[in-house]
Amino acid sequence: MSIALIPWVVLFLPLAAAVLITLFTGKNRELSAGLSIFAVVAGFGLALLLTGVNHWQTSIETTTDWLSVGDLNVEFGLRIDSLSTLMLLIVTGVASVIHVYSWGYMKGDAGFSRFFACLSLFTFSMLGIVLANNFIQLFIFWELVGVSSYLLIGFWYQRAPAADAGKKAFLTNRIGDFGFLLGILTVWVNLGSLNFGVLAQKLGADPQALGATATIAALLIFCGAVGKSAQFPLHVWLPDAMEGPTPVSALIHAATMVAAGVYMLCRVFFLLNTTALSVIAWVGGLTALLAALIAVQQNDIKRILAYSTLSQLGYMVMGVGLYAPGPAMFHLTTHAFFKALLFLGAGSVILALHHEQDIWKMGGLRHRMPVTYWTFLVGTLALAGVLPLSGFYSKDALLGAAMEQHAYGLFILGVIVAVLTSFYMFRLVFVVFGAQKRSETAGHAHESPPVIVIPLRILAVFSIIGGVIGVENVLAAHFGSTRTLGLVGQVIAPFADAPIAASLGLLAAGVGFFGAYSLYRGAQSDPLPGRLSVMARWMRDRFYFDELYEATVIRLHDFLAAIAAWIDRWIIAGAAVRGVHGTTEIVGRLLREVQTGNIQTYAFLFALGVALVLLFMLK
Amino acid sequence: MTVGIEHYITVSILLFSLGLLGVIVRRNLLVIYMGLELMLNAANLALVAFSRFNNDLDGQVFVFFIITVAAAEVAVGLALIVALYRKRRTAHVEDLTLMKL
Repeated sequence: MSIALIPWVVLFLPLAAAVLITLFTGKNRELSAGLSIFAVVAGFGLALLLTGVNHWQTSIETTTDWLSVGDLNVEFGLRIDSLSTLMLLIVTGVASVIHVYSWGYMKGDAGFSRFFACLSLFTFSMLGIVLANNFIQLFIFWELVGVSSYLLIGFWYQRAPAADAGKKAFLTNRIGDFGFLLGILTVWVNLGSLNFGVLAQKLGADPQALGATATIAALLIFCGAVGKSAQFPLHVWLPDAMEGPTPVSALIHAATMVAAGVYMLCRVFFLLNTTALSVIAWVGGLTALLAALIAVQQNDIKRILAYSTLSQLGYMVMGVGLYAPGPAMFHLTTHAFFKALLFLGAGSVILALHHEQDIWKMGGLRHRMPVTYWTFLVGTLALAGVLPLSGFYSKDALLGAAMEQHAYGLFILGVIVAVLTSFYMFRLVFVVFGAQKRSETAGHAHESPPVIVIPLRILAVFSIIGGVIGVENVLAAHFGSTRTLGLVGQVIAPFADAPIAASLGLLAAGVGFFGAYSLYRGAQSDPLPGRLSVMARWMRDRFYFDELYEATVIRLHDFLAAIAAWIDRWIIAGAAVRGVHGTTEIVGRLLREVQTGNIQTYAFLFALGVALVLLFMLK
Repeated sequence: MTVGIEHYITVSILLFSLGLLGVIVRRNLLVIYMGLELMLNAANLALVAFSRFNNDLDGQVFVFFIITVAAAEVAVGLALIVALYRKRRTAHVEDLTLMKL
């Protein structure tokens, strides 16, 4: 098999699975799940094979012309370089684990087959984004990802909150995507191509090729990432998306889809100029801080993780804005491991407690669910950035990038976010797993079955070693650095490169831990609202963003919609359409009166006509 | 006073107008028919007059044809009127408005 064929197979396997499940095997639950799992696991195997054969080195591009209209020539092609190979491995790898986990988690659900069909469709779309070699193709898969996300958030569509959350996610994404599309068009108008390779070449030859539109184009493209990666001010959909089943939250709303925005920014990094990058950095930093603050006062286990995801995505976006796409992708990779792990751990807890998600009704689960506890703890430590775990390395790379760019404001912001991250994660761990049971269901919880626990273990291993398995080398090579580090070099890299960032990062994790330890160890209720009063209420109520949007954007939108409806009803349908039809009818009725049937009238009119003609002719 | 073409034309116009008036104002079908004949003959008169003053016989040939056709038309028309009268028991145009929508 030719090497260029592999990505095509990897891409289309999940689509085939989705189609087969939808058309044929919907009734047979085991077969449906099996097909879906096979498609993604085989994809992972092939991706590994591809990496093994290709050694991250060459970039391969295979394209076919898809449609050409005038100057616009849209191709459908796959681009394999180190960036997309890495992302390919992450997506198929994490998706494989989560597919297996879903088998256990969704067991007994009426929509079991539908779930796997949607999951496969999602995998297909996500791989399409990863492998796309041009903007149009990227955008198509980008929208497909939005659709499958919508389908999966609203998977339990009988429940109103789930259906609403799906709608909200889709619409919010559309706002960002609209900007994204405008950005793509701007690029096409100015550079005449949409192929990433060609674009990079053109901009490489003439950095001013985009001229005055450079900043606008970059910011419009960033709009797409703002929507998909849920950055401020379009962050509101992600927490609501937690209404979907937990494996979906893990796969789509933590590990892969929301990372697509960051991936896209890295893919088109050459398009972004200084002004745009500083906006990107600050939007990312602001999102990170905002989300971390909100996460401190949430009580729903999945929502805490959702805000944590927002916060980490903010980190990544900030990294891109700090000329550090490599570290941003590095953090994306490690984050995919430990956040998927945390979500799956949360899913295991939720399942054991019969779909209880309030952390204050849990407690004491450390002894009842040991595997879940230990793996969850690994995820927490990784997320908090504790030394040899993966999160430490990637977070440090980002903080180091901030130092290197002398962006001290963002650096301090990053450290504060690191403190908050550590604080809310250990709060979660102490409340859920520590102390005593706070409800009867928590007392009766027991460990989940192997199909759920094994994925946790696998992800835990990667969460631990993810920082030192060479991800950074691959990315450094892709983004033009020649540095390659051995295992030992990777382990000590943070201290060698940016000792201040590394030690402050560790200190932040420690501070957060001790804060959480002193406040929440053995706590029966949240002590924080009493100490912070108003601030805590704002954090709990998510800084009233939903209410703000309700009062402004949605109100304005309703107002505009009412005007449009009025115009449609009274001007278009009323005056224009009914006016034409009414005039015709009235004139017809009047003319009808002329037809009396009396011959003499006709004769008279006829004579009159002749007389008039004569008059006219003879004059 | 010599009789010129103007005199013939004037008579012809008068005849034609009387015929038209009859067609438009009279109610009885037979009288309307007579009006029509009057109009035809007004035209004949005009044609003969033109023919005479132009020294050209074409006009008179026309008149022969018109008289022939008019005779045939009267035969058909009267037959129709009789048939209509038998069917509807009336020969007044106000009662014959079947062509109204």
